[in-house]
Amino acid sequence: MKPILECQGLTKKYGNFFALSNLNLTLERGQIIGLLGPNGSGKTTLIKLANGLLTPTDGHIIINSMSPGVETKKIISYLPERSYLNTHMRVEDILTYYVDFYENFNLSRATAMLKDLEIDTHARLRSLSKGTKEKVQLVLVMSRDADLYILDEPIGGVDPAARDYILQTILTNYTENATVLISTHLISDIENVLDSVVFLQYGQLVLNATVDEIRSQRGKSVDALFREVFRC
Amino acid sequence: MPWDLDNDRPIYLQLMERIQQDIIAGVYKPGDKIPSVRDLALDAAVNPNTMQKALAELERNGLVYSQRTSGRFITEDEVMLKKMKMQLAKEHIQQFFEKMHQLGFRDEETLEMIQDALKGERQ
Repeated sequence: MKPILECQGLTKKYGNFFALSNLNLTLERGQIIGLLGPNGSGKTTLIKLANGLLTPTDGHIIINSMSPGVETKKIISYLPERSYLNTHMRVEDILTYYVDFYENFNLSRATAMLKDLEIDTHARLRSLSKGTKEKVQLVLVMSRDADLYILDEPIGGVDPAARDYILQTILTNYTENATVLISTHLISDIENVLDSVVFLQYGQLVLNATVDEIRSQRGKSVDALFREVFRC
Repeated sequence: MPWDLDNDRPIYLQLMERIQQDIIAGVYKPGDKIPSVRDLALDAAVNPNTMQKALAELERNGLVYSQRTSGRFITEDEVMLKKMKMQLAKEHIQQFFEKMHQLGFRDEETLEMIQDALKGERQ
């Protein structure tokens, strides 16, 4: 099977600044991958390129053998860093909206998760707390039967108990052929659910290894390694 | 409840150890079917591929065996289970003596202390 995501010489410049510089990276199917790096290392730029929200300055990004576009948006479920949902809408209306919009949206799965998280579907989005809003968005994203889930900082604002539930949700909902790419700073919280990690710095790939490779070769956690590599 | 895992050692090794412990503690009995990779992974809150690797390693050791369609089972080989128990006991003892060495006790002193401790317990 073809890799779900491939970058070849991927470069993105903002003016004279290289947000990504000649990045070569392949993501296989059936994996949960952590996208890690300090602020400004190019994580969100890479994610936006994968979703067709930016165009490369140079090089290629290929999703399931296609350039980002309408077809790839069908198979990518994307949690952006900022919400695009209309906060006047009620949760139940957003659900209907998603059913209309995405062929692969699984309404019963979404409803079950919202119930588990005790979220009132009659509530308007703007009346919910920051953490609860984040939960709603993550439920929407994980309720699609996608090939690639891209989650940009999914757990930053939620409490530790909900964080556990969300990780559980990710583990339950991704299938053998689906890949989950998670960008986060909360490494120690998600380390155990990751197959591998990708470290970015100054728009370049610093490390691409499995969690257990890092632990057995360096005798430390990914979190500890991150703190060492990116010491300020 | 996620399993209690250390931060600095490979996860699959710790999963193997935990399952071995469970076998010895009688959570699983010889010949028992063990839960699916997915269920175990969810229970431990780890990546399913990592759990898969741990089970594959246990299979390689002969501690579990798989039947193509019906899943994985604990070995019924009592000799092997006993051997594993002895092996784990040896490791614990070795670690204990290493720690006592670090504290500056010679083996004879350690032994004496163990005997004293046992006497104290019985009184």
